[in-house]
Amino acid sequence: MSATGAPGVLAAAAMIARKDLAIEFRTRSAFLAALVFSLLAIVIFYFAWDATAVSAADLAPGVLWVIFTFSGLLGLHRSFGVEAADRAIDGLLASPVDREAVFLGKALANLVFVLGVQAIAIPAVALFYNLPLTHVVGPLLLIALLAAIGLVAVGTLFSAMAANTRLAELLLPVLSLPFFVPIVLPAAQSTARLLAGRPVAEAMSWLRILIAFDIVFVVACALAYPFTLED
Amino acid sequence: MTMTASTRAERASTEHARPSTRSDGRTDWLLIAAVLAFIATLVRAVAFTPIEATQGAAQKIFYIHAPSAFIGLYVAFGLVAVSGLLYLWLRDERLDRIAASSAEVGVVYTTVVLVTGPIWGKPIWGTWWTWDARLTLTLFLWFVYLGYLILRGAIEDPGVRARYSAVLGVLGALLVPFIHLSVYLFRTLHPMPIILKPSEPSLPPQMLATFFMAFASFMLLYVALVRARYRLAGIVESLDDDVVSETASVGALRAEPVR
Repeated sequence: MSATGAPGVLAAAAMIARKDLAIEFRTRSAFLAALVFSLLAIVIFYFAWDATAVSAADLAPGVLWVIFTFSGLLGLHRSFGVEAADRAIDGLLASPVDREAVFLGKALANLVFVLGVQAIAIPAVALFYNLPLTHVVGPLLLIALLAAIGLVAVGTLFSAMAANTRLAELLLPVLSLPFFVPIVLPAAQSTARLLAGRPVAEAMSWLRILIAFDIVFVVACALAYPFTLED
Repeated sequence: MTMTASTRAERASTEHARPSTRSDGRTDWLLIAAVLAFIATLVRAVAFTPIEATQGAAQKIFYIHAPSAFIGLYVAFGLVAVSGLLYLWLRDERLDRIAASSAEVGVVYTTVVLVTGPIWGKPIWGTWWTWDARLTLTLFLWFVYLGYLILRGAIEDPGVRARYSAVLGVLGALLVPFIHLSVYLFRTLHPMPIILKPSEPSLPPQMLATFFMAFASFMLLYVALVRARYRLAGIVESLDDDVVSETASVGALRAEPVR
C-alpha cells in the first residue's frame, strides 16, 4: 500500500521508533519516572511482607512481574500522549507510511522502554532480595523479552485508544490489566521454577503460553490498530 | 436465532415510526413473559424438584448458577465479539447497539454467577472463593467486560465508540483461551460439567427437566433484556439526532450530541 518512494513497513516502523526514542532520550522524563517507580515498588513490596515468614526468593518472582507490568503502563501511556499535544498524531498519519508501520514503530519504542526499565529493575530485585541470578540469566532474559513483547503489543493498542477518551490515563490500566494475566502468570511461574533451581524444561509449558500469546496478540493488535484511527 | 427475528422487527418498527419512537409506550410482552417464566422456574426449582442427596438444598442454586454462567459467558460475550467483528466489517450501527446491549446484560448474568457461586461454595467447599481455573476465568472475563462498558462510557463520538468497543470485544474473545490455559495449569476444583458432556447427562429426569426449564427461561430473559436495551439505545440515538438537527437549524449551538 505504500506510495512510491515511501519507506517499507519495517523501515518506517524503525524511523517512528527512533523518533519516539529520541524524544524520550532528550527529555528522559517518563523513563526516569518509571525507573524510580520500579525501585520504590521493589523496596515497598519487601516491607509489605514479613521477611521471616515469606522468604525473599518466594516473593521475588511475583514482585518482579507485578512491577514490570505497572512500570510498563507508565511508559505505554506516554506513547500516544506525546502525540496528543498540537495534534502531532495527524502529522504522523498524514506521512506516507502504512498505519501498521505506525503501530509497529510505537510498539518498538515501547519495547525498548520496557526492556530498559527491566535492565535496571531485575538486577535491583536480585540485589535487594539477595537472589543468586547468575546461573539463570539466559532463561530469565528470554522470559523478560517474551513477556515484554506481549505487554507492549496489547498496551500500545490500548494506549492509542485510551488517549482518545475522556478518562485517558485512568482507562489504560482498566483495559490492559486483564490482558496481562496470561503474561504475568506464566512469567512469574516460570521465574519461580528457575529460581528454585528446576530445569528449564519444567517451565516450558508456561513459556509456550507466552510465545503463543505474543504471536496472536502482535498480529491481532497490528491488524486492529488501523480501526482505532480513521476519519 | 431469536435475535435476528427481533432485530428485523425492530428495524421495521423504527423505520415506520421514527419520529414518534420517543412517546412509544408499547408494553414489552416478551419481557413480561420472560419474567413470568423466570418466576415459574424458581417456584419449580424450590418446591417441585427433589433435594439432592449429598449436597442438600444448596444444590438448588445450580438451577440459577449454571444457566447464568452458560448464557453470560458464552452466549452474551460471544455475541459481543461476533457483532463487534461484523461491525468492523459492515459498519452497521445496529450491530454496535446489539454488542452494547449484550455486554450489559452479560455483565449482569456474570455478576449473578459470581454471587451465586460463593453462596454455594461456602457450605459445599467450605470456602467462599478459591483460585480455581473456572472461577478465575469468570472473574477476569467479568473485568474485561466491565472495562468494555467503562470504555463505552468514556467516549462521546458514536463512531469512535463503536469502533473502539468492537476492537475490545474481539480482543476479549481472543483472550479467553489464554486466561483459560494459564489458570488451568493450577489444579481445578470446580465440579465437572454434568449436562454438557460427551456421555449422557447424569441427572435424574426431574432435575434435568428443571434445569432445562431454567435454561430456557434464562435464555428468554436474556433475549428480552437485550431487546429492551437495544430499543432504548435506538431511542437515545434518535433523541441525539433530534437535538443535533434542532440545534443545527437554530444555528445557535454547536451540533454536538447531548448526553
